[in-house]
Amino acid sequence: MTEDMLVRMEGIVKRFPGVLANDDVDFDIRRGEIHTLLGENGAGKSTLMSVLAGAYHPDAGSIFIGGKKAVIHSPRDAIRVGVGMVHQHFMLVSSYTVAENVTLGLNKPRFMIRPRSLEKDVAEKAQTYGLQVDPSAKIWQLSVGEQQRVEILKMLYRGVKILILDEPTAVLTPQEVDEFFVTLRRMAAAGQGIVFISHKMDEVMRISDRITVMRKGKKIATVAAKETTARDLAIMMVGREVLYQLDKADKPTGQEVLSLQGIWSLSDKRLPALRGLSLSLRAGEILGIAGVAGNGQRELAETITGLRPVTKGRILVNQKDMTNKKPLEMIERGVAHVPEDRKGTGTIPNLAVLDNLMLKCYRYSPFSTGPFLNLHQIRNHASQLVKRFHIATPSLETETKLLSGGNVQRLILAREIATASELMVAVHPTRGLDIGATESVHQMLIEQRNNGGAILLISEDLDEILSLADRVAVIYEGQITGQMAAKDAKIEDVGLMMAGKTMEASPGETT
Amino acid sequence: MSLVLEKRETPSRALTFVVPVAAIVLALLIGAGVIAIGGANPWAALQEMFLGAFGTSYALTETLVKTIPLIFCGLAVGLAFKAQLWNIGAEGQLYMGAFAAGGLALAFPDGQSWWLIPLMFVAGFLAGGLWGLIPGLLKALLNVNEIITSLLLNYVAILWVQYFIYGPWKDPKGYGFPYTAVFGEGAWLPTFGDTRIHLGLVFALVVALLIFFLLRSTKMGYEIRVIGENPQAARYAGMNIARTIIVVFFISGGLAGLAGMGEVSGVIHRLQPVISTGFGYTAIIIAWLSKLNPLVTVIVSFLFGGLLVGGYSLRALGLSEAIVYIIQGLILFLLLGGEILVRYRLHWQRRRA
Amino acid sequence: MDLQMVLATLSATIKAGTPLLYVTLGEILAERSGILNLGLEGMMLIGAMVGYLICFLTGNPWIGVLVATLAGGAVALIHAFLVITLRAQQVVSGLALTMFGAGLSGFLGKVVIGVPIANYLKPVTVPLLGSIPYLGEIFFQQDALVYISYLLIPLAVFWIYRTRPGLHLRAVGENPATADAMGINVYGVRYLYTFLGGCLAGLGGAYLSLAYTPVWLENMTAGRGWIAIALVIFAAWDPFKALLGSYLFGLVDAVQFRLQAVGVAVPSFFLNMTPYLATILVLIFATRETLRRRLGAPAALGLPYVREEK
Repeated sequence: MTEDMLVRMEGIVKRFPGVLANDDVDFDIRRGEIHTLLGENGAGKSTLMSVLAGAYHPDAGSIFIGGKKAVIHSPRDAIRVGVGMVHQHFMLVSSYTVAENVTLGLNKPRFMIRPRSLEKDVAEKAQTYGLQVDPSAKIWQLSVGEQQRVEILKMLYRGVKILILDEPTAVLTPQEVDEFFVTLRRMAAAGQGIVFISHKMDEVMRISDRITVMRKGKKIATVAAKETTARDLAIMMVGREVLYQLDKADKPTGQEVLSLQGIWSLSDKRLPALRGLSLSLRAGEILGIAGVAGNGQRELAETITGLRPVTKGRILVNQKDMTNKKPLEMIERGVAHVPEDRKGTGTIPNLAVLDNLMLKCYRYSPFSTGPFLNLHQIRNHASQLVKRFHIATPSLETETKLLSGGNVQRLILAREIATASELMVAVHPTRGLDIGATESVHQMLIEQRNNGGAILLISEDLDEILSLADRVAVIYEGQITGQMAAKDAKIEDVGLMMAGKTMEASPGETT
Repeated sequence: MSLVLEKRETPSRALTFVVPVAAIVLALLIGAGVIAIGGANPWAALQEMFLGAFGTSYALTETLVKTIPLIFCGLAVGLAFKAQLWNIGAEGQLYMGAFAAGGLALAFPDGQSWWLIPLMFVAGFLAGGLWGLIPGLLKALLNVNEIITSLLLNYVAILWVQYFIYGPWKDPKGYGFPYTAVFGEGAWLPTFGDTRIHLGLVFALVVALLIFFLLRSTKMGYEIRVIGENPQAARYAGMNIARTIIVVFFISGGLAGLAGMGEVSGVIHRLQPVISTGFGYTAIIIAWLSKLNPLVTVIVSFLFGGLLVGGYSLRALGLSEAIVYIIQGLILFLLLGGEILVRYRLHWQRRRA
Repeated sequence: MDLQMVLATLSATIKAGTPLLYVTLGEILAERSGILNLGLEGMMLIGAMVGYLICFLTGNPWIGVLVATLAGGAVALIHAFLVITLRAQQVVSGLALTMFGAGLSGFLGKVVIGVPIANYLKPVTVPLLGSIPYLGEIFFQQDALVYISYLLIPLAVFWIYRTRPGLHLRAVGENPATADAMGINVYGVRYLYTFLGGCLAGLGGAYLSLAYTPVWLENMTAGRGWIAIALVIFAAWDPFKALLGSYLFGLVDAVQFRLQAVGVAVPSFFLNMTPYLATILVLIFATRETLRRRLGAPAALGLPYVREEK
């Protein structure tokens, strides 16, 4: 082991219920390098680094810090051996100042806080590392880029030598990214080891010394940045497996069911999440929306289903203007929604399977008459759904939280399909499901499409989109960066579009 | 070494039944301890309480009399809790119901008409419902914390009724005591035999069944259950949450109002400063203990009716019946603490470095 | 209405506001750490009863005050154990605490209902300050517990905003996950401030029975514990604003009392309603303000903190 090697991870295995997140992974970090971990969502990059940073315990494998075997039980242990991680979701107290956040939890024997001397201290340290921060500013006043600098400073202040950054540029503007990279280079030059977790190709190419690609829990390869190209990396990231062929006959498409025209919408943090997004969906087709999480997918689904307001633009469902209508009106217009969050939004886990299956149809005849529910009809309907969609449940009265993830998803799909919907918005429908459940969900979606339904499929799993969709559109930072027929989609191109490169519209497609 | 809570894979079915029973038993034991501190023989006291509540047929009838308002209030509070709404104002809603029903009774002192009592029912329900509507509207429209508003209105309601009792409605033949005139017999709820159990019991049981069916077989009941369990999913399904809040508070207040009507029409037969000995608050524990199930509420109300009557009989031993509130509070504490054991396992664990 | 009456009313305002001040301050501390304690009414009653009882037994009101304070804190620890360690529902636990406190105080206090005590906390004029015209009569001719409350507010402000423990307190209430990650003992902090909140509530209760009106009666707090909960929201969790809110209520209380004494046309019952109705109005106003200015409750208020399972 050279003295250069700050950290070495060997044979790391980490399992979660139902998922092998890290499958015998090796990884190392050298002094003064910026080493990128590249891969799609769910590839296992964050998990691997969380193991290093003490948030998770590995099921197998060892970690060596500076040549010595290290046992890291908690984030505090990790900091003690010089490893610190800056997460995607910052751990900052927003009403506090920068100085207060940086020194939070430190056992400075000082009882009284003299803000000015604290701030001076922090300002000095910031200078040494070349980080521009105003120690007296409150966190909520800072831009995201500045907040990130505070997080980094927090780590450096505690003497961290190996800095892990999880998708740090996900929330930065291009200018901030430039400044950020300058800072990174400076820190590397000062001898820090930096791990950069990302999926954004061109940034990765710009900043990395070495790149390790992960896919589905395994390490695929580690290469020097100079010796590879974006194309090679895209192929490694996304894979070229033979996709299992679904029985998907070519079908003529019907009339336009959904039209989004220049939609603008804000995220929960009041930042623009959709920036003039347009798309069109016809009956009998599946339009897959590919993209890395956090580019507006959730907001897209919520604007179409009435759960999020639209600030500009129009939504037309079957030619009728449904912009900013309430969820109930959307439901009555025939918009079905398979939401991202099975347990929080899509079902009521504490209530019975029966109660969940009737969630969308209970208002209508024959399931209710006046104020009363026709329990007999509802039960029949529910039994049929359970049979038809193979929902494995001991009874209709079983609490939904006791069902497996796959069966909960079947329940949701059964319910949504049965509401005779012409348009369905399905968001990450197979997330967290095993192969059997995934396959059955796919069958259900294809069947819906074959029966003339239109499906907007939003997913992080490119394989899934390419196998299910008739057309593919890629979403990046709240806009559609390219559309094409699924047959014609080349994986490398899609991968690049997901990472930000815009494609000219292929001939015959309207954007 | 430290005590650690570990989540169970499936909640323990056995403990779900054991915990409430254990809570009651343990609370009684601790209550006995407090009685001992108060200077009396705890076992004698407990015995006295039990006999006073269930020991003789007279005791049983008295317990049933107290059970009636508890059922109404327990249903009222339980229904609100089902929708995750904290109606702590049942006490005040009860008083308003009593006020409206009593007002009608006083307006028709000679009334032998068949319509007086049904009208009093309606008035009691409406008054309680409208009083409950205040915190309901504030919550639904302005998102004002309903715990505080409903509770503060209790004090206002009691003062309101007291004003009338001490003032314009005071019995001119009452030697200046704060009572209204006794209601004409047309306003008295019929009783069973020569007990004090009045027809309100039948209505309470009917209402319990009605609430049971409401929750099970109506659209509103379904929406209440969904909103109470997962408001996010309710929104996703297009439900109108504000409307449900308003309706629930109205019904809940109305039910508590019926409790008030029952007390003045069936038991006290006039208005007086103290109509309820904390029924609205006891109802909270009843609802929680019954796990918000209307049919179980009836049974638990009976138990707590016994507790109240038994506590009252402690006066003979020179003790304050406030022991009842201590025991009620203890039951709730133990229930809350015990419930965690249903979902989590408690064990020692070596602390990691 | 002459000057003397105005001064007397204002002086009564301070007296009436002081118990609210103690309780509100205590709840602010607890809520700042993220714990909602609805049992204030119960803890106040226990404080009032214990203070009176101990004073009756020992003849010394200050021992009564001390024991009452500790009693309030002890009872609060029950709530703390249930909601922090056992992660029970905070609302229901608080209600249980109120019921328990009311019952316990009523039961054990039976012996001293209506029994007079010789030594209670009588007003003490502050030398020099007490002689200031007008202001002296209002502020500096009160009893010792009022003077202590004057000192507690700036102390609380200093503690919360200018010390390291205060920094930790606020972090725990805003973002317990971050505080935990930074090495702060979230559970310990919450236990401490819930206990302190209980102590202050007990102290406020003792003030009622030993200084305000030296007497013990069942349920003598008449809902002040609940008014305090609303005041915490009104004060936006700031001790200084709590002072203003408490005295505002003291004013409402003192004025309606004076009006009754003077024999104004409005029946006393309606005047007695004013504090409660005023609280509701204040709450409506405060809720809208909180929404409007996006000021908030400590972000983690009312939510149990569970360290993420690995």
